[in-house]
Amino acid sequence: MENIICACGHSNPYGTKLCEKCGRPLTEEGKQTKVVDMRYDGTAIRSKTYNKTVIDKIWNFFSNVKVGITLIIITLVAASIGTILPQEMYVNAPEPSKAQYYEKVYGLFGKLYNNLGLSNLYSTWWFQILVGMLATSIIVASLDRGLPLHKSLKNQRVKRHESFMKRQRIVAEGQVPNPDETLDKVEQKMTELKYHVRRDGSALLAERGRFARYGPYINHVGLIIFLAGVMLRLVPGFYVDETIWIREGETRAIPGMDGYFIKNNKFILETHGNKPQDEKMNQGVNAMAKNYQTDVTLYKQPDGALPGDIDNLEKLRDYSIRVNHPLKENGFALYQMNYRLNELRQMNFNLVNKANEEDSLGQIQIDLTNPKKEYDLGNGSSVQILVYTPDFAGFENGEPQTKTSIPNNPAFIFKMKTPETPKGEVSFVEIRKPPFEPLGENKYRMKFAGAEMRNTSNFTIRKDSTIPILFVGGIIFMIGVVIGSYWNHRRLWLQVEPDGRVLMAAHVNKNMYSMKKDLDTVTTFADLPPYEDQLDKSEDVKKSTKEKEGDNTL
Amino acid sequence: MEKKKKRLVIRTIILAVLVLAIGYTVYGTATKDKVELIAVGSQAPDFTLVDLNGEKHKLSDYKGQGVFLNFWGTFCPPCEKEMPAINRQYQVYKDQGVQTLSVNIAQTDFEVQNFVDRHELKFPVVIDKTKDVMTTYNVGNLPATLLIDPDGKVVKITTGEMTEEKIASYMELVKPK
Repeated sequence: MENIICACGHSNPYGTKLCEKCGRPLTEEGKQTKVVDMRYDGTAIRSKTYNKTVIDKIWNFFSNVKVGITLIIITLVAASIGTILPQEMYVNAPEPSKAQYYEKVYGLFGKLYNNLGLSNLYSTWWFQILVGMLATSIIVASLDRGLPLHKSLKNQRVKRHESFMKRQRIVAEGQVPNPDETLDKVEQKMTELKYHVRRDGSALLAERGRFARYGPYINHVGLIIFLAGVMLRLVPGFYVDETIWIREGETRAIPGMDGYFIKNNKFILETHGNKPQDEKMNQGVNAMAKNYQTDVTLYKQPDGALPGDIDNLEKLRDYSIRVNHPLKENGFALYQMNYRLNELRQMNFNLVNKANEEDSLGQIQIDLTNPKKEYDLGNGSSVQILVYTPDFAGFENGEPQTKTSIPNNPAFIFKMKTPETPKGEVSFVEIRKPPFEPLGENKYRMKFAGAEMRNTSNFTIRKDSTIPILFVGGIIFMIGVVIGSYWNHRRLWLQVEPDGRVLMAAHVNKNMYSMKKDLDTVTTFADLPPYEDQLDKSEDVKKSTKEKEGDNTL
Repeated sequence: MEKKKKRLVIRTIILAVLVLAIGYTVYGTATKDKVELIAVGSQAPDFTLVDLNGEKHKLSDYKGQGVFLNFWGTFCPPCEKEMPAINRQYQVYKDQGVQTLSVNIAQTDFEVQNFVDRHELKFPVVIDKTKDVMTTYNVGNLPATLLIDPDGKVVKITTGEMTEEKIASYMELVKPK
């Protein structure tokens, strides 16, 4: 790994293609070609230089453009496989039955898809490692190429060796009557054409749009910022995506928003058309919804209050959460996401004599959110609730069990006392079922006399502090793309050799047409010898362009 | 030589940072959906809840004593099964400085009172009406039990039904020395 000493005496790092000082080609290949490869301005790509330790080997692996492109292709293919069937989180099925859903809806392919983990592809470890490797490749490859390129562009010499000049695509050679005047004129014209002109003795370098060379690197920086932003979502505090079901009348702590509470005052569902179509509305089928709205009140605990302490909740405001009108507070937003209609809130029963059911001894109204132990009906009759199960699921050891805390299937054990039956009669009452009388035939029974319903709203709570980062990353990325696409780096070298010959060469990283236009102008103005495009008439135009792999705008 | 060394160090640092970032992402995603309680070793978040008699119970009031903190609901059969055992062990350990605090998840007073009466529970039972404490402790599956030592640190977290021996050994764990 020795340095390469150029004929001009300059010592170049191993791997350099064109001498950093004078531009002489240093490789055998370079010496034989007619037009040198100007990618990275002939600097040594760092990865090619050291290959001793494991770290260097890993580094060089990621620095390889072919590896990078392979990673891009693999990631692309993997990401597109994830779009064949809907991802698990978008499948409309309850959590435990999602696996069956794939098989049921998409058959064997669906089952295979799900079993291979493709239904949750973007969260799999291998996909994330793939993206991570791609990011590593972008960073390493950019550092390896960008830094030497930057150094080389910054330290450009005005004077180059003839062998460099002659191997540019655009060359001109000839005699001019007055070299100094020619140089002055070229300087004048090129300055007019907004070139930055530097002179060194009898040599001149006019350069325009150098920053265009940085476009790809800027866009890589944007990409990395974007990926970093996506990663930050996993850091606690940056990204909150919670969900809450809340019934009318309930107050709940908001998950993810410490110290905030929300009360559901009312859920409103409005549909188009005058006739409410009950069953359809219930199923959400064919009902053209006009408005989903939840009227809520937002509360906050006083500073320093402990979790669970709701004594001194401070009312912040009332708000109607509608679709596209989330409740916003402190960087969080609560969106109306879903609803459930008609959950039992209150049940009414009449205490009646079985012999004469029309004659009621009175009605009890059981608030299912707060049932009482005993309801006194006045007239010497009373009803006690011995047991209440909101979601009755059968008996176990003689005790009625509840499946959930939601009143989907309420059941009661009542003890009814009347003047006629002062000891009381026990009855088990389940909704929509005849009463069960464990202690023998009763004279009285609790007759269902209507119910009141309430609705439940579902909100998602979102906070995404990474959005500004994603935004900045995206903008930088676009700036990089625009710079790299719409600007080009044009250079013109002109020097007078000691023997009086004038040598001219020009290089542009893309858009040769723009360069030629400028060249035509300056050639006419300063009476320069006519230039020639070495690739234009050369037979190896096709070959040469074909051979260039990767992005030659770098 | 100096330059090569520097380069190696820089490369190592960059690659290490990237490996850490990827590792963190993979780990973070893998554990994202898991219901995680407060970490063992961390300070148990203080809270205050009201019991069936209207009395307030604050976790920090138990400082200096071990706390057996149990989250439950009447709709959860394993919760119900372990309750009598907890009740018995509570009576064994309460005079040795281990208190039991049981948190019901947002059920009605009636149901909770009924449950307490039926099992003759002696320890305080508070109701988390707004699910605030449940959210703070990130409780998902019931029953969930946390053992808090006299300094207020979480020393053990367990979900699912416990045998009486387990309950006793957990209470032993947080007994003040």
